[in-house]
Amino acid sequence: MTIVSNLPIYAMLVSFLTIFPIIIFGKNQNVREVFTFIAAFTKLYILFNLAKFVLDGNVVVCKLIQVLSFISIDFKVDGFGMLLAIVASSLWIVTSLYSIGYMRSLKEHAQTRYFCCFALALSATMGVAFSANLLTMYLFYELLSLSTYPLVTHNQDQDARTGGRKYLTYLLGTSIGLVLPAMIITYNLTGTLSFNEMGIFGNSIQIGTLTILLIMYLFGFAKAGLLPFHSWLPGAMVAPTPVSSLLHAVAVVKVGVFCIVRILTQIFGINLLSSTHLGTIVCVIAGLTVLVSSLVAISQDNLKRLLAFSTIGQLGYIVLAAGVASKLSVTGSMLHISMHAFGKITLFFCAGAIYVATGKKYISQMVGIGRRMPFTMVAFFIGSLSIIGLPLAGGFLSKWYMVLGTLDVGKSWVMVIYLISSFLNVAYFFPIIYKAFFCTDNESLFPNEIKEAPLAALLPPLVTASITVALFIFPDIFLNLAKIVVGVN
Amino acid sequence: MADQFLVLIVLFPLFVGLLIPIIAYFNKSVVWPLAILSLIGSFWAVFNTATQLLKLDPSSSISYYLGNWMAPFGIEYVVDRFNIMVLFAIICVSLLTTIFAKQVIEKELGDNAANFYSLFLLFITGLLGITITGDAFNLYVLLEIASLTSYGLIALGRGRALVATFNYLIMGSMGACFYLLGVGYLFIKTGTLNMDQLYDVLPLLFDSKAVLVGFVFIILGMWVKMAFFPLHSWLPNAYSLAPTAAACLMAPLMTKVSVYVMIRFMLNVFSTEYVYSVLTINNIIVIMSSIAIIAGSIYALSQKNLKKMLTFIIVAEIGYMVGGVWTGHVDGIRGAIYHITADAFMTLCLFMAVGCIVYRVGNDKLESLKGIFKKMPITMICFLVGGFSVIGIPPTCGFFSKWYLISGAFNSGAWYFIIALIISSLINAVLFFRIIEIGFFGAMSNEKPDYKSLQSIKFNEVPINMWLPLVIVSMILIILGIYTNEIMTNFILNIVPMM
Repeated sequence: MTIVSNLPIYAMLVSFLTIFPIIIFGKNQNVREVFTFIAAFTKLYILFNLAKFVLDGNVVVCKLIQVLSFISIDFKVDGFGMLLAIVASSLWIVTSLYSIGYMRSLKEHAQTRYFCCFALALSATMGVAFSANLLTMYLFYELLSLSTYPLVTHNQDQDARTGGRKYLTYLLGTSIGLVLPAMIITYNLTGTLSFNEMGIFGNSIQIGTLTILLIMYLFGFAKAGLLPFHSWLPGAMVAPTPVSSLLHAVAVVKVGVFCIVRILTQIFGINLLSSTHLGTIVCVIAGLTVLVSSLVAISQDNLKRLLAFSTIGQLGYIVLAAGVASKLSVTGSMLHISMHAFGKITLFFCAGAIYVATGKKYISQMVGIGRRMPFTMVAFFIGSLSIIGLPLAGGFLSKWYMVLGTLDVGKSWVMVIYLISSFLNVAYFFPIIYKAFFCTDNESLFPNEIKEAPLAALLPPLVTASITVALFIFPDIFLNLAKIVVGVN
Repeated sequence: MADQFLVLIVLFPLFVGLLIPIIAYFNKSVVWPLAILSLIGSFWAVFNTATQLLKLDPSSSISYYLGNWMAPFGIEYVVDRFNIMVLFAIICVSLLTTIFAKQVIEKELGDNAANFYSLFLLFITGLLGITITGDAFNLYVLLEIASLTSYGLIALGRGRALVATFNYLIMGSMGACFYLLGVGYLFIKTGTLNMDQLYDVLPLLFDSKAVLVGFVFIILGMWVKMAFFPLHSWLPNAYSLAPTAAACLMAPLMTKVSVYVMIRFMLNVFSTEYVYSVLTINNIIVIMSSIAIIAGSIYALSQKNLKKMLTFIIVAEIGYMVGGVWTGHVDGIRGAIYHITADAFMTLCLFMAVGCIVYRVGNDKLESLKGIFKKMPITMICFLVGGFSVIGIPPTCGFFSKWYLISGAFNSGAWYFIIALIISSLINAVLFFRIIEIGFFGAMSNEKPDYKSLQSIKFNEVPINMWLPLVIVSMILIILGIYTNEIMTNFILNIVPMM
């Protein structure tokens, strides 16, 4: 059933409107942060109200503006969009808390600008999640790229400039150079850009044209970090850790894969992907991304860079599962967006907490750190369990669905990719954890006085780690949202 | 009374423009308010005409015969849904620029300010007249009024402005001559100068060589006036050396009005049948436009001076419009017509923002933009909106014109035009993000940024009558974008016949 409601607009606007009080109260830190929290909780409240409708199997729509004769800026909330929105906005609360701990203990400059851009980026994420057609999605996608630039370059030094330049070159270059023409061509071929369960391409369009369009879309949404358009992501790790964690493990990259999965399932359609070679093309590109990035991750010594490459690999999983194009694997793909988000943000929070407490960025400097910061490292352990896909962490479930999905359509070679990649994940995460806890007193690089990070930086990883475990036991909300869209029972 | 509005549009600025030198002799301080009043009067007339026109059937028009002499002897003023849009753009741009320009003119011109306003209003008169007239020869007269006043305006500029003016004068006169010759050929063959009548008679003469020559002269003349690459060489120096206020007015309008004249002749004098079916030169011109777009963008990239950079962006944008019209597909033509209005406001936004920067910083070199975000946040946000529109980021209007242009190119199979548009968007992105980077980091690309030195920069925005028009323009860019569909269905859809 279709429900018309303005709730999606409110959900998007809440964080946008907070920008004004944030600027007005910029001088008074405590008041300023209160507004961020008010907005974050209001947003989550609105989303849970919306979720009630969606979980009952409804679709919430609202029409904003008719901009072109057959295209308007529209919102449509289905399970998949709801899933991304809930993940992003619930993590916004945790990240805001973490930001306060991180930014204040490092006495960062321009914090007002930082919180403004954060709020704007969240609005853009909601916009992408709720968009009903490709044009709306493109609009908010661009807004997200632009609003996160000041965050990525927050330090305003030479590294930030290089990283920021790379960030914009990759993201804007691909979206203007590939998505824009692809979108206009799609519109001229089909006369619509609205998302549709069955896909919008009929049978009349040549497979060659479709192949070119598919490739343009896959690489055009460079936020998804598919090889060879991935290198902005490690570059963008120059940002402060809270930014890396929310934006580069959750909002920005998840928006990228969200767009691709949306297009694969609702512009091309699952049937078209599985009945032609288009699905295989997606699998090959995504499969290569998964393997190569995992191999690169093993050789990293900078913890944040390692996490960045691990993220690229996990994004590859999500696209890969959508490319397999069976109902189960698409469910897994959507589920993995949420599971990976909670796992990866835990890892980033831990990396940041280590940096705040000790100033260390490199893995080789972290021998014995588990003894001094046990809580942080336990959280790190749980996060990595989720990424690898081992039980007791949410990541296991999504991987389970993805693997089952490959068997459904007889693409068992894809399953091999999953397995190899999981081993590689173990190979880059476990040495860190092992060295952190198990070393002799002589080997340990940490004198006794180092303590855990301040509470505001320690609490968030513990919260997200517990959510990761909780999601293994109670995955219902995300699982049901994904199932509703795909139509699995 | 009702029909008089058409002529009032032109008369307000004409008379006030002529009176200003006399009034200024007695009292200089009333000149600026008077100029604004005359433009408000003109705006009121345009507004009333528009409300009348919108009540009528979409394909109809309102005519006014000067001195009540009927065509072909008298001069006819016509307003239809095509030129009402252009008139709106002209009058809004003029009004906003005049409000904006007070301090800039006083600072740059001192005692000459009063004469400047006189030329300024006469230039606006010329442009309004070109747009509203339905008579091919009258168009020439008004074109010369606009051109001669613009030579004067540019010559008031700094440095080598005189050389640039001379350059422009030679090129501009040639363009006008070409146009006149073309009209002469048409008059010999048809015996009329009225556009409607030409439209009725010309189909009988489609295989005449003289008509072809006339067409080519008119189009070439307009290409010179609009600075279509490779006939653009006068534009960059002229517009970058002109006084800021003059550049803010001419850069958005002069070239766009020339594009309007070209499209007017193609659609409403020669008819689409002649242009796209009898002549088979579409492809060549679309290729030329693609080259123009890419060349303009690359030139823009190599400039170290903001105004110069913007002038080359204009050259590229002209390529957008010429190419769009000549694709010969309805979407392309619609896109080009939409882009006339959109580009006028885009260019105005950028030039005004640069005007503000020059007013505060003193020059328009890229390196003087260091740390500008902290110093002039309002100006820079508006500048960015203008920049996003040029790049084509939704929901600004630049995105939607690009949408139509690319659709037109796709449907007519002109893939090279699509590529040129995309490359130009990417280059524009580089151009504007280079500025963002310098402004945000407070250092040029070859210097080491240091945010500590940024802390010392103080907020120092321009006066309100400068930033308020700028904010209005940047909002217009977004509003135009959001209401693209309304504009298309109410105005542009009826101009372009289905083919």
